Amino acid sequence: MKQQIIMKLLTGVAGLGIALGAVSAHASPEKDRQEMIKYYTDKYPNVKIEDYVFGALAFDADSKSQYDAIMEFPPFDSQIEAGRKMWETPFKNGKTYASCLPSGGKMIAGNYPMFDEAKGKVVTLNDVINECRVANGEEAYKLTDAKTMGTLNAYLRSLSDGMLMNIKVEGPKATAAYEDGKKTFFTRKGQLNFACSSCHVQNAGTRLRSELISPAVGHAGHWPVYRGGDNLVQLQQRYEGCFKSVRAVSAPAGSPTLNNLEYFHSALSNGMPMKANVFRK
Amino acid sequence: MNALRRNVLKSAAGASAVAVAVAAGLLKPTQAMAAWNKAAFEAKNVGDAMKGIGATSPADSKDITIKAPDIAENGAVVPVEVTTSIAGTNSIAILAEKNAQPLVGTFELAGGAQGFISTRIKMGQTSLVRAVVNAGGKTYTAAKEVKVTIGGCGG
Amino acid sequence: MAEPMRIRATMAGDVADVKVLMNHPMETGTRKDAKTGQLVPAHFIQEVTATINGAAVLNADIGGAVSKNPYLGFKVKGAKAGDKVVVNWVDNKGDKNSAEATIG
Repeated sequence: MKQQIIMKLLTGVAGLGIALGAVSAHASPEKDRQEMIKYYTDKYPNVKIEDYVFGALAFDADSKSQYDAIMEFPPFDSQIEAGRKMWETPFKNGKTYASCLPSGGKMIAGNYPMFDEAKGKVVTLNDVINECRVANGEEAYKLTDAKTMGTLNAYLRSLSDGMLMNIKVEGPKATAAYEDGKKTFFTRKGQLNFACSSCHVQNAGTRLRSELISPAVGHAGHWPVYRGGDNLVQLQQRYEGCFKSVRAVSAPAGSPTLNNLEYFHSALSNGMPMKANVFRK
Repeated sequence: MNALRRNVLKSAAGASAVAVAVAAGLLKPTQAMAAWNKAAFEAKNVGDAMKGIGATSPADSKDITIKAPDIAENGAVVPVEVTTSIAGTNSIAILAEKNAQPLVGTFELAGGAQGFISTRIKMGQTSLVRAVVNAGGKTYTAAKEVKVTIGGCGG
Repeated sequence: MAEPMRIRATMAGDVADVKVLMNHPMETGTRKDAKTGQLVPAHFIQEVTATINGAAVLNADIGGAVSKNPYLGFKVKGAKAGDKVVVNWVDNKGDKNSAEATIG
């Protein structure tokens, strides 16, 4: 029954002119990823799939060159430094974030979002940070606050620079969460009636209102971004922004809808190196 | 450019040279770390800004390269690099012609500093980015257009 | 400004490649605060000077049109690894900052 719904959605998407090839409703996450890569590389044979980590910049040398110039010595350097200080400051009880996290927080970001079997839901890196805080007698951070969670998350993610995205979807509950995220991605929403895929699959590499649209593969590994070089934006804030842009009401950051979306979305970038803290316009 | 200032720059260990110069009455104390060129920086058109930096009828030069984007990703952070091979370059100035105040900066070079400046500038609108080079008592110039757009749906 | 500036200085052949990232809001004085609607007062670095082993190499006058957290790159021929680069800036309020680095 669920397969039929997904098949309908995917066929509907295909009807928009998206040739997803032999997409099967039973596709495993790895198959979804491969088919999406094939779609993009068939459409843009001259753009290397490794460059998709740069998003829209992979399609425009002039933009990429500005990114390279700015990333050589990023203006937001001191914000990452502020994150390092937050990371290294012990809680009131003397413990540190490193004690909560696997490998002391190094080279772990690519494993998130992760399906937590015990909790029966997807958990994000931010959830893990807040769990650590609360377990050590501190208050949870507001997920979208740039000065607290954003800055700390930015530093923590930098400890995983270069890590290959490694999202695992194993077992029926995890698969259901993944499929829920996939459904959100492919479902039309809002007054403008666009799905995420309308832009980021069907129109990746083309322009919408002078903006070059980025492909979904390579999307989830390069966060947070610094808009204009100083405005820290995390991935789920961008989801909220995209919902607003199509004039839909967004589920809030940290909700099951957005966590499942991030779970699906991140799996699309499996095998691609991550980079935290990048410049975007 | 202020010749006194240039001589202060040329001497090694600037601080002591300044002290000597002040003591000798060559420099007033307030002049020592010479005044910021308010008139040039606050000029509201490129002609007045050029006058303010003493660039009267500079010669167009192909020996000045401006590396800047064709279309700025974000007008608040536009990477601009000026390179010049003109012998004896002692300063480079950068202007964004259509900015409300076109003069962005003047960069005086001494003691082995090459004809090269890299920075990031703000641009209010599509405009020529102009470089003015002082070398061997003459001024030279080149310019490159940088387009500035207002984007669509970046969240 | 609380945050120190960062300097990276490396040799490329016989030319020292010096990159400086300063921390400063670089307010032009013409921007309106989104929340209050009031003009944010002008607050920007006006002068940046750099020396290598005490000898002046750069004297820059800049204005509010240089981007927030100013970046400056310059090259100096004849400098050597181990030489000391010192950068100073002064802003329109008279605030100062200084940093140094060794050419690597």
